[in-house]
Amino acid sequence: MADQESFRFIGKHRRAVEHKRFVTGKGHYAADVQLPGMLHVALVASPYASARIVAIDVSAALEMAGVHAVLTGDELCDAVEPLLPGVDAPQVTRFPLARGVTRYAGEWVVAIAADTRALAEDAAELVMVDYEQLAHTVDPEAAIANGAALVHPEHGSNVIFQRKFVWGPVDRHFDESKHSLSYRVRWARNATVPIETFGVACAWSDATGILDVWASIQMPKYPDQLARALRLPGNAVRVHYDVDVGGSYGVKRGIKHTILVGYLARKLGRPVRLIEDRLENMRGGDMQGPDRIFDVTLAFDGDGIVHSMRMRALDDIGAYAGRSPLQLGKPVGAIIGPYRIQSVEYEAIAVMTNKTPQEAVRGFGQAPTNYAIETGIDKVARFLKMDRLELRRRNLIGKDEFPYLIPSGTTYDSGDYATVLSKALAAAPLAAIERERDTLRAKGLLAGIGFATCLEPSGGNSSFEPLFNPKNQTTTWMDSCLVRIDLSGSITALMATSTSGQAHETLVSTVVGEVLQRQPDSIRVLHADSLNALPSNSPVGSRMAIMLGGAAAGAAKKLRAKFMRIAAHNLGFPEAELEIVGDGDVASRNDPSQRISWDRLVEIAHRLHHLLPPDMEPGLQEKFVWEVPTGGQLPTDDGRVQMYPCHSFESHVVLASIDPQTGKVALHRYVCGHDCGVMISPDVVHGMTYGGIAHGIGAALMEKFCFNEEGQLLSGTFMDYLIPSSQEIPTVTIVDHCTPSPLTEFGQKGSGEAGYLGSPAAVASAINDALAPHGAVIDALPMTPQAIWLALQQVQSANTGASR
Amino acid sequence: MPPSLKTVEIKVNGIVRPRAVEPRTTLVDFLRDELGLTGTHVGCEHGVCGACSVLLDGQPVRSCCMFAVQADGLSVTTVEGLAPERGQLSKIQDSFCEKHALQCGYCTPGMLIACHALVAAHPHPSEAQIREAISGNLCRCTGYQQIVDAVQHATATEGAEGG
Amino acid sequence: MKAAPFDYVRAESTMHALGLLAEHGGDAKLLAGGQSLVPMMAMRLARPALLVDIHRLTDLKSIFIEAGRITLGAGVRQCEIEVKSELDSSVPLVRQALRWVGHSQTRNRGTLGGSLVHADPSAELPLATLVLGATMRLHSQTGGERRVNASDFFLGPMFTAVSESECLVTVDYPVWQGGRIGSAFDETAIRHGDFAMASAACQLQLDAQGVCRRASFGLGGVSGTPLSFPGLAQRLEGERISAALVAEVAHAAARESDPGSDMHAGAEYRRHLAAVLLSRVLLQAANDALAAH
Repeated sequence: MADQESFRFIGKHRRAVEHKRFVTGKGHYAADVQLPGMLHVALVASPYASARIVAIDVSAALEMAGVHAVLTGDELCDAVEPLLPGVDAPQVTRFPLARGVTRYAGEWVVAIAADTRALAEDAAELVMVDYEQLAHTVDPEAAIANGAALVHPEHGSNVIFQRKFVWGPVDRHFDESKHSLSYRVRWARNATVPIETFGVACAWSDATGILDVWASIQMPKYPDQLARALRLPGNAVRVHYDVDVGGSYGVKRGIKHTILVGYLARKLGRPVRLIEDRLENMRGGDMQGPDRIFDVTLAFDGDGIVHSMRMRALDDIGAYAGRSPLQLGKPVGAIIGPYRIQSVEYEAIAVMTNKTPQEAVRGFGQAPTNYAIETGIDKVARFLKMDRLELRRRNLIGKDEFPYLIPSGTTYDSGDYATVLSKALAAAPLAAIERERDTLRAKGLLAGIGFATCLEPSGGNSSFEPLFNPKNQTTTWMDSCLVRIDLSGSITALMATSTSGQAHETLVSTVVGEVLQRQPDSIRVLHADSLNALPSNSPVGSRMAIMLGGAAAGAAKKLRAKFMRIAAHNLGFPEAELEIVGDGDVASRNDPSQRISWDRLVEIAHRLHHLLPPDMEPGLQEKFVWEVPTGGQLPTDDGRVQMYPCHSFESHVVLASIDPQTGKVALHRYVCGHDCGVMISPDVVHGMTYGGIAHGIGAALMEKFCFNEEGQLLSGTFMDYLIPSSQEIPTVTIVDHCTPSPLTEFGQKGSGEAGYLGSPAAVASAINDALAPHGAVIDALPMTPQAIWLALQQVQSANTGASR
Repeated sequence: MPPSLKTVEIKVNGIVRPRAVEPRTTLVDFLRDELGLTGTHVGCEHGVCGACSVLLDGQPVRSCCMFAVQADGLSVTTVEGLAPERGQLSKIQDSFCEKHALQCGYCTPGMLIACHALVAAHPHPSEAQIREAISGNLCRCTGYQQIVDAVQHATATEGAEGG
Repeated sequence: MKAAPFDYVRAESTMHALGLLAEHGGDAKLLAGGQSLVPMMAMRLARPALLVDIHRLTDLKSIFIEAGRITLGAGVRQCEIEVKSELDSSVPLVRQALRWVGHSQTRNRGTLGGSLVHADPSAELPLATLVLGATMRLHSQTGGERRVNASDFFLGPMFTAVSESECLVTVDYPVWQGGRIGSAFDETAIRHGDFAMASAACQLQLDAQGVCRRASFGLGGVSGTPLSFPGLAQRLEGERISAALVAEVAHAAARESDPGSDMHAGAEYRRHLAAVLLSRVLLQAANDALAAH
């Protein structure tokens, strides 16, 4: 099996192809797209958590010079198809503009298209909307209780999805276990909040009947959903995937924005664009993330072996369903983490409240779930007075146990968790950070070391769709690549989706270069548009190294096979005796002088038909379209299914201190052991891991979409939604390990979600290790200075009370 | 009655670009929309993220927190003006590429501006100085690590490894 | 987030600016660095009809260093103060406070006067200016010059004694004479450069025996304005600075504050921070004073 060192190009340091345009300011982002006559959209949003729209007066806005359209839900909602949830809840419809009622503060009510964005905002101020406030619900537990105000009365309940899965003999394992321990953890709403907001420009041509779309998009089936909503055939929508996306990490699913803009572009016969400003993005862009309460019980023995788990995950998805209810489903594929837990009861409840809707966030629910699991592991260790590392070692799946089938039906492909953990501990090194912790404590600070050992499922096989909605029988999650070699012998590859910083052009050229043994920098990678693209399901679920890498390899291998046949035919040797030599030449193994050059092979394929093997297609162009490995199956009746194919793993070690007087946290040392199989582009993988860790630190310590009781978003700007800067993120040491996947061409696994899936758990573990000697604990994120101080205060007053 | 346009003459990347603008046009919108220099990016429009950073008379400023009229007669350098010659990269730009100091590229122009200003004032900055200099530029992709590495790489003393 | 339309004039002199203020009253606003004003205008929370740009007026950029007084022009940029290390021998608290202000980009445009007149309750320069007992000099077209002591300048959140027709022109910082002066500034914010949840500043003078001769201290972020405590300061005078005394005074000051609550910090926590930070700066300043000459 391949490993990290076996390759010529794969796994080597290489400058990303994309960087040259970004460092010179020549990126091509959605807001950079200039179209002649383009109009600009601004929005009027509801200020109330729940309200009936009594009347809308647009007359003053319409009269303003430079205003071309003032659109309300009354017009739009008749003209487009609604967006439907991924779960079976057909009454929970969503449109880009509200009609009749608004369901969250920030929901878009009126759209204005004007000559400039500034004018559109001027006109927006002139729109008068008369609201009648209605009862609202903002607390998820209140929302599921009887008598709660219903967000969608037609649906009959605020619960949009609820299912309890039982995998294995949970009751028996609980009965037979010596101990059980219950706890609750709370993962507050945060999201990836890219620095670029969502933007989209659309242009409709009467002459061609094509709607051109340029968007900052990362979304499977975007052109299809857009066409459906606009009641256009699929081949009337052309999404330009060569738009650079300024960060997404899951959230850039601006389908409602695009339907709105697409409609206006067709109506007005002029290009139209909406670039969210930051206020629109935070409140009304529908890109907030999981907002969960986990109630967990673990069953374990005195030796620390955890046998079973009961987990209830209640997720507050906001007022509409984007991708979000399904975000409770993906974690099913790694529901036991890296441990040998034998049975699981998992109840997933997605509840609606009058808040901004959620969207897919990096990891698609795995980061909060890992936080919940790891918190439990630490608590079990504390309960048994066992070292947290020792407890983990006893429970980690061993390297010889793969492929490992977990109770919920997914098989983990490969791994060596204990080694990754050891490597991380050695890199810290553990003894040194323990001494440093003690030194910090001696200075009067609280200090603790956090550990997290977590799975990163990868490969984006979205079988949570049929799992959560049996009416949706989708099991195809394909991806593709087309590779051409032109008459001059240069290579062009075509990928079928957008990129938001993952360096796909670098990935594809490295892979194709490896297979064909040509210099990757000579290989051009383009993004097709949706009309000439092969099928893709987007870079979600850490799937592109596997799926796009696999497709690029597959197409390149077909070309290589073609060259072998041409060479065999022209050299007069059997193919089995030939091999690739040098830069893509083919020669006989036995007699290297019998050699045919790359240029000659290209010439034969393109020009010299008389030298081509019989029945061979002329030219050099091959496509490869394939399904996610191990995918393609529907779930069983009890909800078991193979989720993602490949399982990367991360092991975090972090030393933190707390100033007990202020509650402020400092991170002193951060090590991440990381195993994603063979890394095709190590620089890219490391980069995403550093970034993911930074995300996770933000989620752990400072990021929160905070709503008050009136459903008002209090953290709607960057002054209150706090994203870590260079001063809040410590230097991180990454230690690599490689257990290749048996399922992929080069042994690669995915890792786009690396770091984020484990760092909130690790930081929380460190904080609680610091608080534990003082009897305090925090089981909610973010662990802000005030939250930490309050936790310490609570213990102090309890002690004071007890001593009276 | 709409306020009148104002004439501004701002030198951008070495060339004076006279235009008539509304007073309310921010410097970033002027650069992007009037001059087509889309390398400077908009991230928040309220002075926090730093994606809009440009050099104003050599110092980094948030171009979303200025109206173009305020820059009349002054000199602005954008990311498009950092390379020494066409087809070349500055040492810092080159180091960003070498050290993988960017991913989506959206914060990168602002980061480069902050880093160029830092290195102009401190040719061999410490890690602490680098982190301080970029503390007003938010990045969601990189976790800042490789950006720090890139600046250190670009400013390593001659003869030292990797210099 | 595009500002509402407005007209713009670049003032040719302070007199010119004052004339415009007199003419337009509340419809006109002075624009210096714009680091607070421009974002507010982008969010349409501020919508002046006329902006009068005073950022380049050299009259407002003077820095005078005399034996008993430092005079800083309101238009002096924060970055200029940042590099003016000579100020440390006379009003060190100003640059100590400045270390906590925003980021380099904001300090390259933001001015001293802008920060003072914007009067955010958590801002650092207003607190330092209050603790130093500075005098603000305001000019208007008809009123000539009006001097307002810092203790009368900050009236409420974002609200100062500057009237619609006035412009803050200079800030006079008195310089404490004699030796053994120490000062300190501290704050707690979630991120580097953020607005403080609470802040504390102080300046102390000790005698050769280490007894406090003079004290001035204040708190920020725990009321509608920065707070100073002249009465409590007297409690320190004539005493040796001990941890116990410092704690007593700091807690008394915190009790006098009336912090608000927001999503980051509730009132109780802010009050607690105020006491902690004030204790720290008092002890730090005392240590510095003992080490100084």
